[in-house]
Amino acid sequence: MKFGVVVFPGSNCDHDAWYAVTRNAGQQAEFLWHDSTDLAQSDAIILPGGFSYGDYLRCGAIARFSPVMQAVKKFAQEGGPVMGFCNGFQILCEAGMLPGALLRNAGLKFVCKPVELEVATTDSPFTNAFSKHQRLTMPIAHGEGNYQADDRTLEALEAEDRIAFRYVDNPNGSMRAIAGILSDGRNVLGMMPHPERATEPSMGSSDGLGVFHSLVGAFATR
Amino acid sequence: MKLTPAEVSAHRLTWSEYEKIVALLGREPTFTELGIFGVMWSEHCSYKSSKIHLKKLPTRSKLVLVGPGENAGIIDIGGGVAIAFKIESHNHPSFIEPFQGAATGVGGILRDIFTMGARPIAVMDAIRFGRLDDKETGARNKRILQGVVSGIAHYGNCFGVPTVGGECVFEASYDGNPLVNVFALGVFRHDEIFFGRATGVGNPVIYVGAKTGRDGIHGASMASEEFSEESKDKRPNVQVGDPFMEKLLLEACLEAMKTGAVVGIQDMGAAGLTCSTCEMGSRAGTGIEIDLMHVPQRETGMTPYEIMLSESQERMLLVTEKGREREVFDVFRKWGLDAAVIGSVTDDALLRVKDRGAVVAEISNRALADEAPVYNRPHTKPARRVALDAPAFGSSDLAGDLRKILASGDVCSKHWIWEQYDWMVRTNTIVDPDGRGPGGDAAIVRIKETDTSVAMSLDGNGRYCYLDPREGAKLIVAECCRNISTVGATPIAATNNLNFGNPEKPEIMAQLVEAIEGMAEACSFFETPITGGNVSLYNETLGEAIFPTPVMGIVGLLKTATPIPSRFRNAGRTVILLGGLGDSDEVRMGGTQFAKVVVGALWGLPPKLDLHYEKGVQAAMREIAQAGLAESAHDLSDGGFAVALAECSFGGIGAHVTLDTPLRPAVALFHEGPSRILVSTTDAAAVQAIAARHGVDAPAIGVTVEGRVTVNGWIDATIDSLYLPWKNSLEEALA
Repeated sequence: MKFGVVVFPGSNCDHDAWYAVTRNAGQQAEFLWHDSTDLAQSDAIILPGGFSYGDYLRCGAIARFSPVMQAVKKFAQEGGPVMGFCNGFQILCEAGMLPGALLRNAGLKFVCKPVELEVATTDSPFTNAFSKHQRLTMPIAHGEGNYQADDRTLEALEAEDRIAFRYVDNPNGSMRAIAGILSDGRNVLGMMPHPERATEPSMGSSDGLGVFHSLVGAFATR
Repeated sequence: MKLTPAEVSAHRLTWSEYEKIVALLGREPTFTELGIFGVMWSEHCSYKSSKIHLKKLPTRSKLVLVGPGENAGIIDIGGGVAIAFKIESHNHPSFIEPFQGAATGVGGILRDIFTMGARPIAVMDAIRFGRLDDKETGARNKRILQGVVSGIAHYGNCFGVPTVGGECVFEASYDGNPLVNVFALGVFRHDEIFFGRATGVGNPVIYVGAKTGRDGIHGASMASEEFSEESKDKRPNVQVGDPFMEKLLLEACLEAMKTGAVVGIQDMGAAGLTCSTCEMGSRAGTGIEIDLMHVPQRETGMTPYEIMLSESQERMLLVTEKGREREVFDVFRKWGLDAAVIGSVTDDALLRVKDRGAVVAEISNRALADEAPVYNRPHTKPARRVALDAPAFGSSDLAGDLRKILASGDVCSKHWIWEQYDWMVRTNTIVDPDGRGPGGDAAIVRIKETDTSVAMSLDGNGRYCYLDPREGAKLIVAECCRNISTVGATPIAATNNLNFGNPEKPEIMAQLVEAIEGMAEACSFFETPITGGNVSLYNETLGEAIFPTPVMGIVGLLKTATPIPSRFRNAGRTVILLGGLGDSDEVRMGGTQFAKVVVGALWGLPPKLDLHYEKGVQAAMREIAQAGLAESAHDLSDGGFAVALAECSFGGIGAHVTLDTPLRPAVALFHEGPSRILVSTTDAAAVQAIAARHGVDAPAIGVTVEGRVTVNGWIDATIDSLYLPWKNSLEEALA
C-alpha cells in the first residue's frame, strides 16, 4: 500500500510519518510537495504534523488553500482515506473536511508528553484493528489541540459513532475529551496525538502502529 | 572625517584600540568602518580577553574532524557519519527580552549547525535564573523563566528539532543576570561537510533568507558590557526570531548544498553581514566585495552602517561556483526564500563594502577577523567572599531535610519546563521507559540508518566554581562524563560555555583563568577534546558579578539499544553504590544543596575529586551497562546520596538501605562527593567483580522494596511523601 505524505513549508513530522510507514508498518511512502496537485497514485494520504506556513493567522488556515489540498479534497470525496495528525488535523478542520476547530490548549502552554487514549469506535478503516475501549499510549505535542464544536455537531459525532479516540485524562480542554474524529464518510481521520511517534519500543510505545495496520487491512479487503 | 573620542568609546573600543585601527588602515576609519571594527573587535566576537587562555584547552583526538574556529566542531562517529555540535549563550538578550532573547539564541546555534551541512537532531539548554521567592526580584524572575522557556519552545518546536535535555538552576547570583546557554547537535555524512570559506576569485556572494532590518544593531557589543539601569532601553538591540523562516532556510540550504554548486556558506549571527563576510574571506585568504544596494532590506533609508551591523535573524551568506547561481536560486525559490547576488570574491584579501558603487568601507579581512587585540588581562586570586569554615549545622529531621531539598528549585522535577518542549519530533529520542520523557542521566538520540546513538549531557555548577573555579570546573567535566557513562556511553568530545563577570576585574579574570585550566586538565584526562564553544563575559548587574559559571556539554557514543532506566524496576534487587560511600568533611559540604537549602549558606570548598578514581568508576559503569547487568543506574550529584536514592524510587520501587559509615548522618546522606553511581542488579557478584577489576568500591548497600525508602534509622518515608514535593514544587512556585 502506498502512502502519500504531504510536505507543506513548515511541516516537520513529514519524515517521521514516512519513517513509520516505510520502516515500521512495512508499506511504501512518497512525499507530496504542497504546490502540486499530483498525488502520485497514493492509496492513502497523510497530512503530517508541524507548523505549515508557520501557522500564521491560525494553525492550518493557510495550508487549506495550497494546491495539494484541492487534490486531497477531491481524493477524499472519491472515498480515498486521508489522515491528519496534529497540524494535519488542524488543516482538515480549516479545510472543512472535518467539523469543529482546535483552539489553544486550556493550559495555554504547548504540551509534549505521552497520553493515554481510549478507542471510541472500531468502525473505521483507521481503527478496525483495535478493540472498542482499548487503552492506547501515544504522544501529544501541540499548543492548539483543544477540540471545540457546537452542540449539534458534537451530538452528530456521537450519534454517528464518529469519535475515533478520546483522552483518558484530558490534557488540553477538548470537548468531550475528543482526541480524534472521523468524517461523515468515515474515510477522513483527524487526531491530535501522533500515532507515527508510537511505532516502535524505543519511542516509548508501539500502539500507533494499529492505525496503520487497520488501514492496510481495510485496503486489502476493500 | 575625524572621529571623536566619544564616538570611539560609544563603540566600546578603547583609544589604544582605535590607534591600532588607524595603524592597520593607514588612515582614519570612516564611521561605517568604526562600526565594523567595533563589533568584530568586541569581546563577544573577538574573544580578546579569553583567547590566550582558551589555547590551553585540548582540541584534538583521532575522532575530531574539525576543531575550534569553524561554526561548530565536527566529530567522526564511524560508518562515514559525523556529528556537529556546539553550545552558545544568549544571556544578555534574554534578560532584556526573555522570549525573543531565548528564541533567537536557539535560532543562532541551529544555524551554526546547519551552515556546516548537518541536520540538527537535538537541542539542550542550560538555563539559570534568579530566585523565584525573592521579595524584590521574584516576580520579575518568574516572568523571565516563563519567557525564556516559551521562547525556547516556540523556536525549537516550530523548527522541528527536539529539545531533549538540559538543566535549570535558581540562584540569587542570577537575580539580575539570567543565563541562557543553548546546545545543538546535528548529523551528516563526511562528504556533506561545508565550511564558511569564500574560495574561488570571481565567484558570486549570495545573500539568502530574511530581509535586513534595523533590529539587533549592536547586539554583539551589548553582550560585551555590564548591565546598568539603562539596559532596558536596549530592547531594540534584541533580535526577533522567526522559526518558520529558519525551517525553510534549513531545508533550502541542505538542498542547495546537494546541487554541488555551493563552495562556502556561513550564517549571519552576531555582527551579521560584517562577521560573515570578513570571516569567510579571512578563512579562505580571499577578499569580498559587496554592494549594499543589492541587500534585501525590510526598511527604507537604512544607512551602510545599519545594514552592516544589523543582526536580523534567519539570514545566510553563500558563495557558489560562478555560472551555477541559477541552480541555487531555483532551490531557494522552491522554498519561497529571497536570494540575491550581493557581490563577489576577490583576490585582494579586503572586505570592500560599496553603497551604490561608492566605497564606504575597505578593510583587510584578516585585520577584522584575526588581528583583534588580544589581552593578557591581569588576574590575581579568584573573588571569594565566604568563609572557609563550616557554620554549626545539624539536623533533627533528616527526612524533612530530604523533602526540602527534593522540592528545591535546582533538584525538583522540571517537567513544567520540558513538557513545553517537543522532545521527540524526528523520532530519534530514546524514551526513558519509566520517566516517560527524554533520557535519564543523559539524553540519548539515535542516528537512524546506523546502529549508533549519541548520549549527551549539560552541566554547570556556579557554587562549586565560586568556591574554587579550578576544582569546580573539573567536577563539572567529571559529572558530565559520569552522566554519559551511566547510560552506558563512552564520552568522546565536549563544548563549553564560559559565563563570567567583567574580565577587566583581576579577581574575575582569575576565576576565568582557573576554570579554563581546570577544564583543560579534566578534558585532557577524560579524552574529551573541546571542539568549540562560547565565552560570555560582563555578566554583571550594577557591579555585581554572577557566580563563575562554566557550562560543559559532553557527548558520548553507544550502540543503539533499550536504555538503562534511572529508576528501580523491580523489588528484591540488590542495590550497589558503585564508587562507594565517598568522603567529605564539613568544609567540603559548603557548596552542596544541603548547605544551600537546609543551612541556607555557602562556605568552604567544593567536593574533592580524584580524577583517576572517577575514571575507574566510569569505566566500570560502562562495562556493567554493556554486560547488561544494570537493571537501573543513576549517578549521584546535586543533593548527594539521599536525593539520588529518592529519585531512583520515583517509579514506585524504593529501597531498604544500610550505610556503614563513620560520617555524621547529614554528611553521609547529603555530601556531594563525586564518582558514585547507584545501580540495581540481579547479579551483585558480577557487578562487584567488574568494579574490583577497575579498582573501585562497590558495596551492596541494600535491597529494593515496594513503596518505601529507608536508610539506617535516619530516614523512613513512603515514596509518595518524597515524590509529590519533588513533582509539584516548580508548578506551585509559578502558580
